[in-house]
Amino acid sequence: MLKRVLFRNRWLPYALLFPQLLITLFFFIWPASQALVQSFYATDPFGLSSRFVGFAEYTRLLADPLYHNAVLRTLVFTFFTTSLALAAGLFLAVYADRVIRGQNTYRTLLIWPYAVAPAVAGVLWLFLFHPTYGALALVIRQTGVNWNPLLNGTHAMTLVIVASAWKQVSYNFVFFLAGLQAIPRSLIEAAAIDGASTFRRFWTIVFPLLSPTLFFLIVINVVYSFFETFGVIHAVTRGGPGGATTILVYKVYADGFVGLDIGSSAAQSVILMALVIGLTMFQFRYLERRVQYN
Amino acid sequence: MVDRSRTLRITTHVLLVLGVLVIGFPIYYAFVAATLPLELATRVPMPLVPGDHLMDNVEQAWRRGDLGLQLFNSIVMALGITAGKIAISIISAFAIVYFRFPGRMLAFWIIFVTLMLPVEVRIVPTYEMAVNVFTPVNRLLEVLSVPVAIDPLGYTISMRLQWNILDSYFGLTLPLIASATATFLFRQFFLTIPDQLAEAAKIDGAGPLRFFWDVLLPMSRTNIAALAVILFVYGWNQYLWPLLITTDREMMTAVIGITRLMPSPDDAPEWNVAMAGALIVLIPPVIVVVLLQRWFVKGLVEEEK
Repeated sequence: MLKRVLFRNRWLPYALLFPQLLITLFFFIWPASQALVQSFYATDPFGLSSRFVGFAEYTRLLADPLYHNAVLRTLVFTFFTTSLALAAGLFLAVYADRVIRGQNTYRTLLIWPYAVAPAVAGVLWLFLFHPTYGALALVIRQTGVNWNPLLNGTHAMTLVIVASAWKQVSYNFVFFLAGLQAIPRSLIEAAAIDGASTFRRFWTIVFPLLSPTLFFLIVINVVYSFFETFGVIHAVTRGGPGGATTILVYKVYADGFVGLDIGSSAAQSVILMALVIGLTMFQFRYLERRVQYN
Repeated sequence: MVDRSRTLRITTHVLLVLGVLVIGFPIYYAFVAATLPLELATRVPMPLVPGDHLMDNVEQAWRRGDLGLQLFNSIVMALGITAGKIAISIISAFAIVYFRFPGRMLAFWIIFVTLMLPVEVRIVPTYEMAVNVFTPVNRLLEVLSVPVAIDPLGYTISMRLQWNILDSYFGLTLPLIASATATFLFRQFFLTIPDQLAEAAKIDGAGPLRFFWDVLLPMSRTNIAALAVILFVYGWNQYLWPLLITTDREMMTAVIGITRLMPSPDDAPEWNVAMAGALIVLIPPVIVVVLLQRWFVKGLVEEEK
């Protein structure tokens, strides 16, 4: 889509784009290219010398059980965080959509966790799940589980999953509700006249019509789980206990910034970048298709 | 006409109220803890009725966490990012939509790339940039081996530029204000504005900047408001970047500061103070979202188009 009426000016468009492009080049493209370069060099921790090692960092990484571990943890973490946040968001949106009076009130009461920083969400849930003082820990302990997220890896993982998903429920809720409200009432009413039950109407009409929203949200939630949950992990578990909650993005930070293994951290960055590029491309191709259908 | 039965209506409300309670419980629990004295906050189980120590705990958290300063830093960072992103994105979108010039598509793609390079995937090299913003310029000078001056003995003096933005407001905001989403949002909006407006402005003798200032900017108010809510929350809640570049307590932001109020296993378990701190830090963005909910929902949904 192009504008017909255009202004003519030789230098003005460049001047207008200059700040954005400058920051992009300096703080996005240059660091990304540096990560790529550094991933082919072995650098000593003090940054005094470096030598070209080709793909050695990558092969080392791919053979490293700690890295395999982090990949596995990330997949588990992402799967459960995404499923939990999507299921809860959809559930609440389906019921909020049925409400005629008071919908805005419910929306207000469900929307605010979006504004809570991931790290702060982590702190709140750590207190709830705290082995000694937490209310939820007490309930869990009464079922006979020796609950201790500070020492037990699975418990720690559960804690960061719940905290991360909790924060994301509102986001999913907003989009599911918007998606539900876009479905024509007449369709659902027609099915009701034909005698379809509420349950059947949901699975055969509402859910398929909601699938574009669902796919979009899956991408967003996966990206969220991969990257934005860094705050939860760093504030609550520091990747522990014993690496049990070290997801990929935390490992890039821990290896590069704390462990000063620049080459390995750079190689991990490049792998993550490839992943984000793949996800973004996927999202855009799919979004384009949706535009065509509509 | 679909299932307006009484029971269904009641079930719906019951389930929603339950949902609201489950979602709200962590905050309520934190609030109760923040109102209790230490001996009650650490009692197992902790009482679920608020006490009267709220102000004590808030004061403790405020003093120990140095929250006055840190909240100020957070406000500067959040507002800086909001204003910066909106300003540079709206002018970029204006350039891309209303002008044809060599390199237009290239500029578009360079901006698009920022979507794919979140700071989380390039932690170390971005930190190195903050240590010296001119690193790429220096590298360029090296490669070109530009002699700045050659003294009579034949030594080449090369020039090295240095600008360190660690522990500064520049460092907290500048690297985060490039925004593809905001640029695309404005671009999308400008494309819906009828061409006749620009035509009329041209006929009346207005230049591009005049048109931007007097026509486009006022028309974009709603979009700016919607975006501002989201960006403020985004800026306030930043974690990784401030963690990397601030070491000075004076420059720390509140979200990072309060995680330091969490009692470690060796301290007195002052969760009441930690929760008071957490509440102080989460209230500003929550208020923004709840009060400006209409803009917020609009911004959220439009940003993803």
